[in-house]
Amino acid sequence: MTSTGGNKTVSTSDTAAAGTAVPGAAETSADAAAARPARDGEMLLEVDNLGKHFPVTAGLLRRQVAAVKAVDGVSFSVRKGETLGLVGESGCGKSTTGRMIMRLLDPSFGKITFEGEDITTMSQGRLRPLRRDLQMIFQDPYSSLNPRKTVGAIVGAPFRLQNIETENGVKKAVQEILELVGLNPEHYNRYPHEFSGGQRQRIGIARTLALKPKLIVADEPVSALDVSVQAQVVNLLEDLQDELDLTYVVIAHDLSVVRHISDRVAVMYLGKIVEIADRNDLYERPMHPYTNALLSAVPVPDPSERGNRQRIRLQGDVPSPLDPPPACRFHTRCWKAQDICKQVEPPLIELSHGHQAACHFPENTTVSATDEVAKAAVAPGAAPAAEADAETGE
Amino acid sequence: MAAPLEVTGSDTEAQPEAVLAGVDGKAIQGRSLGQIAWMRLKRDKVALAGGVIVILLILLAIFGPLLVQSPLDYHQNLIDPTYNRPKTGIWHTGISADHLLGVEPGTGRDLLSRIVHGARISLLVSFLATLLSVVIGTILGITAGYFGGWVDMLISRAMDAFLAFPLLLFAIALVAVISDGSFGLSGNGLRIGVLVVVIGFFNWPYIGRIIRGQTLSLREREFVDAARSMGARNSYILFKEILPNLVAPILVYATLLIPTNILFEAALSFLGVGVIPPTPSWGGMLTLAVPIYSSDPMYMIVPGVAIFITVLAFNLLGDGLRDALDPRAK
Repeated sequence: MTSTGGNKTVSTSDTAAAGTAVPGAAETSADAAAARPARDGEMLLEVDNLGKHFPVTAGLLRRQVAAVKAVDGVSFSVRKGETLGLVGESGCGKSTTGRMIMRLLDPSFGKITFEGEDITTMSQGRLRPLRRDLQMIFQDPYSSLNPRKTVGAIVGAPFRLQNIETENGVKKAVQEILELVGLNPEHYNRYPHEFSGGQRQRIGIARTLALKPKLIVADEPVSALDVSVQAQVVNLLEDLQDELDLTYVVIAHDLSVVRHISDRVAVMYLGKIVEIADRNDLYERPMHPYTNALLSAVPVPDPSERGNRQRIRLQGDVPSPLDPPPACRFHTRCWKAQDICKQVEPPLIELSHGHQAACHFPENTTVSATDEVAKAAVAPGAAPAAEADAETGE
Repeated sequence: MAAPLEVTGSDTEAQPEAVLAGVDGKAIQGRSLGQIAWMRLKRDKVALAGGVIVILLILLAIFGPLLVQSPLDYHQNLIDPTYNRPKTGIWHTGISADHLLGVEPGTGRDLLSRIVHGARISLLVSFLATLLSVVIGTILGITAGYFGGWVDMLISRAMDAFLAFPLLLFAIALVAVISDGSFGLSGNGLRIGVLVVVIGFFNWPYIGRIIRGQTLSLREREFVDAARSMGARNSYILFKEILPNLVAPILVYATLLIPTNILFEAALSFLGVGVIPPTPSWGGMLTLAVPIYSSDPMYMIVPGVAIFITVLAFNLLGDGLRDALDPRAK
């Protein structure tokens, strides 16, 4: 769970690869990364063994017959000023994790600590003042803005909801924020349906920024946008981070976007984090086979280069989170799986500096990982207790 | 191959009008959805005609009684005592310059005046009953849809129960049971009160179901999560975020419920549960017309046409409103 936010030097080959699918992003990537100071700041958000099980009920009495284990014990932490990317396939629980951090969903177990305060079970009333510091950018700009409200009312709502006095009135404050996100302040009286997708997402971002939050959870902030607009919005998020000293948790399924914006990246599979590392470390030396397979699926823009790459094709579908495979959840699709993978769950352990992976047979590591993993797995209490309960409790 | 950048064209709500609104350039003031709906409604000539008739009817109901003669004055000099029908006018209707729609057989009361006064009762009862239905239906529908769970279950079952209730029989029985002077009301006031409560109270499930369904889909929209993540309370989300989005369906179904209630009021009056004679009502006029329709068919046609025009006008307006406010629901 430890990480240095350092290692910000970006090689040119690296940047070129990072910008594969985000046009225009490559140019600014190196600058943005270089401009960011090395951050060893304090922890802003800590998530410990967080889980969400959605009950499946049946019959007249609504007895619980099963549980969808959407998130099943994830742990990570985010330092002030850094960006954590959360990637994974659809249904791996990354959005659920984001919504639990926002307390839009109540966690089934685990602990969320924000600025040293445990917000896991805090009442909505006590949470209200904290929400100033904790905001969310939503995925679908067509659904996240109330069609019956003007832009001014939408962006001004946080001020009214939090009873914040502004120096020159709410309207002035809203217009300043609109300008900050690259919108015309004259658009104050317009309605959302008069804007394009990219502009709408900017309105959503403006609303998020109104209260000057410390942490922003961005749930697929660009996946609903045109490719040409994605880069603009991603760059806007980066500029705002530098300007307002924001911390992001960016949830995305798009590896290129995550690579561009994140300092650290966590990869999720079936409700668990399988690997978490500094961005460059993860993209250049992925340890978990799943991460490897994901990265190999990123399209290569240069046709002549395409022949050189190795595409790892995973067999079968993602297993149902209703009944996830025992031990290592990836063993059903992993080409390196052996008997131990079906019997002992590999814990998420640090295999090299700041690079954690949950695999018995990690790649790209000099450490004799099998021994390491075996040691850790056998050691009592290595796997969190609640997680073990969750496995056997059904 | 997994596309790294998904372009999901989810702009289902992008409206051509919105584009048009942006083209004229000079208007920096945005057009609200209400204004756009009004633009659409203006193009719908049929709905507009319905709307004009509705407005005329409302004006007639409010100011008409001041202009016409008393509906209670007998003009028996116009009645042919042998056949008990008007002596004058084409087809013995009694139509003349003094009595534009003729006179009532037997008594010689002015029909135009009775229609105008009847419109007052009809519209009053149907508007108040609709208002009652809308208020109850909206509150319970939005509550059921938003909170779900056992609240939803309770309210939904109540809706089913109300819809299964034999309303007509209940109304007839109720009028017989409630004695004059109950609830501080007497005579026509009491009858109107009973009509409003019975019609309004038993029609709310129709609107309640629609509101519940709409709320179910609205509460999943991300702007509700956005409001919650900013620290909004349930009351704010219900009334400031969700309710404004329900104005369109409420307006449409209220407009469509009014003609239903007009018909219902007429039916109850026809059965003798409405206002007490000699106060005129459309349904009551039909009751009087039944035994003598063979000798004076016009007496039945006049209130029948009044009901027909009113119901048709409201329905046309309601359909037009629905098309204008929710173009996808066609």
